[in-house]
Amino acid sequence: MSANIVSETLPVNQEHALFLFQEMLRIRRFEEKAAEMYSLQKIHGFLHLYIGEEATGVGAMQAFTPDDAIVATYREHGHALARGMQAPVLMAEMFGKATGCSHGHGGSMHFFDASRRFYGGYAIVGGGLPIAVGLALADKMQGRKRVTACFFGDGAVAEGEFHESMNLAALWKLPVAFLCENNLYAMGTALVRHQSQTNISLKARAYNMESGAVDGMDVLAVEAAAKRAAEFVRSGNGPFLLELQTYRFRAHSMADPDLYRTKEEIEEWKKRDPIPLFKFRLQEWGYLNESDMVRIESEISAEIEEAVRFAEISPEEPIEDLLKDVSTQVKP
Amino acid sequence: MTYREAVRAALRKALRGDPRVFLMGEDVGRYGGAFAVSHGLLGEFGPERIRDTPLSESVFVGAGIGAALGGMRPIVEIMTVNFSMLAMDQILNNAATLRHMSGGQFSVPLVVRIATGGGRQMAAQHSNSLEVWYAHIPGIKVLTPATVTDAYGMLLGAIPEPDPVFIFEHATLYPLEGDVDETAKIADINRAAVRRAGRDVSLITYGGTLGKTLQAAELLAAESIDAEVIDLRSLRPLDTAAILDSVAKTHRAVIVDEGWKTGSFAGEVSAQIMELGFDDLDAPVARVCSAEVPMPYAKHLETAALPQVEGIVNAARNMVPRHG
Repeated sequence: MSANIVSETLPVNQEHALFLFQEMLRIRRFEEKAAEMYSLQKIHGFLHLYIGEEATGVGAMQAFTPDDAIVATYREHGHALARGMQAPVLMAEMFGKATGCSHGHGGSMHFFDASRRFYGGYAIVGGGLPIAVGLALADKMQGRKRVTACFFGDGAVAEGEFHESMNLAALWKLPVAFLCENNLYAMGTALVRHQSQTNISLKARAYNMESGAVDGMDVLAVEAAAKRAAEFVRSGNGPFLLELQTYRFRAHSMADPDLYRTKEEIEEWKKRDPIPLFKFRLQEWGYLNESDMVRIESEISAEIEEAVRFAEISPEEPIEDLLKDVSTQVKP
Repeated sequence: MTYREAVRAALRKALRGDPRVFLMGEDVGRYGGAFAVSHGLLGEFGPERIRDTPLSESVFVGAGIGAALGGMRPIVEIMTVNFSMLAMDQILNNAATLRHMSGGQFSVPLVVRIATGGGRQMAAQHSNSLEVWYAHIPGIKVLTPATVTDAYGMLLGAIPEPDPVFIFEHATLYPLEGDVDETAKIADINRAAVRRAGRDVSLITYGGTLGKTLQAAELLAAESIDAEVIDLRSLRPLDTAAILDSVAKTHRAVIVDEGWKTGSFAGEVSAQIMELGFDDLDAPVARVCSAEVPMPYAKHLETAALPQVEGIVNAARNMVPRHG
């Protein structure tokens, strides 16, 4: 299936379809709120929004069990929520509070959750890939049938760490699902301006690795493709590279004036917004009516308001603890 | 046994003692290690635990970090400190940060062994002493075993550490002969050692320059200058108390360090003495470091670029008042 677009989807029941829809909508609303909090200067530093890419994270995450490991990027709010991390601890992290998922040490780019095997947001492009290779190596050496899901963007494909990681994972047949969220821009540099070969999934061939590509705006297609990739990896066949073709509707970060692409291009992609697209299908199938929609929006809104409230009232980490987690505190 | 054999003995003991321990790096298996440190281990432990890697420093160091997160106890060998620059992203941005950045949720019990230093006519890309770059980074430990006993004991001491430990093995030390007590308890890896007691001047060094410094102390003794030699052993954490204790006794300090003088670890030691032991000093602190030049190949030039016994003797002699 190397370099073919996977378009078929699994049969989907109403409950699961609504779950996927709510997951995507939750991420969208969470990030809209995060942008608002950034404007209100409650959130500082970098804030990279995932808006437009929700189908990739939500669809892909369905392929992984709680025993599997997740390695993500600095644009990881969606992955964290889809992995089951709760909105309040994520919002608190971005507010820099002690109750945040990383005690306020990481902020937006560095969410971690050991209990969910969420090994973090990595803010050096490509820097998470070697970590994923190592997690998979540990599983293989210990005979565990786990998969490590490694998310990264098209920008990472230009990094040496991508190529080193692809080679080693394939050479040692390690259980890594490499999930490239290709949003067509490495920060502001378009794919055609940074890659000699723009077909990313094709790159796997150089490493004797299986690969595929999928429409990343179609949550069901992503789910189906990710499940096949994960099963391939889980069965001991070695790694798999899955390219998820997507687009980010917002700027690279809140600091980005978005001068490198046209409004027309963005508007064109917004016609394929994964959330209205899927909503339309759900309505077509009779899975969702307007009153369901009102209820879902209001539940999500309540969850996010609670997240903001929690973040607001949470204490800051005491300055006395500044150095606490630099090294492990060894008990005498 | 030699320093090389001592490292190998420690590796063997660690591999036998804990099934989570494995060694990975370039040519550690079939080749037996670029410095023959791991010679024979492949036959004893097999290719799963003695892993030859591609020439991919970034991914095999990063995979060491990931494997440590995944419950293993990896030992990664990097052939020279110059090659370790290719893995600096993983070292600085991941190994050193993960614990703090995750709010204490993750730790990285990784040991990385790196050959370092000049003196073998390996020229500008294989001869540096960049320990100070590592010692700059909070979140990791930086060890510099200078004796055969420490080559053995400090590696074994590093294995149970919950956080990343970087061990710098000066490449000229591998043939060094010495005794190792393999039954001794695990070495304290955080403390400096007094290698020669003295009253007149403290010669403070680590790693590959310990031998030259001890030779210098002997020459100084012939001139009735009684030098104390401190082997730092660990650059991070730094045993500041041991340095200050020695300076409180001798009132003079010469720091010997194979790094370039500008921004050297010797500069850090000097600053600590200045900040915390200024009142004890009878003379300005002196540094004997490498010349500010890419390491030349030709023997006479390389010798001139590196700290030598004569330079150490001169530095000490210049600060000790003439007797009689």
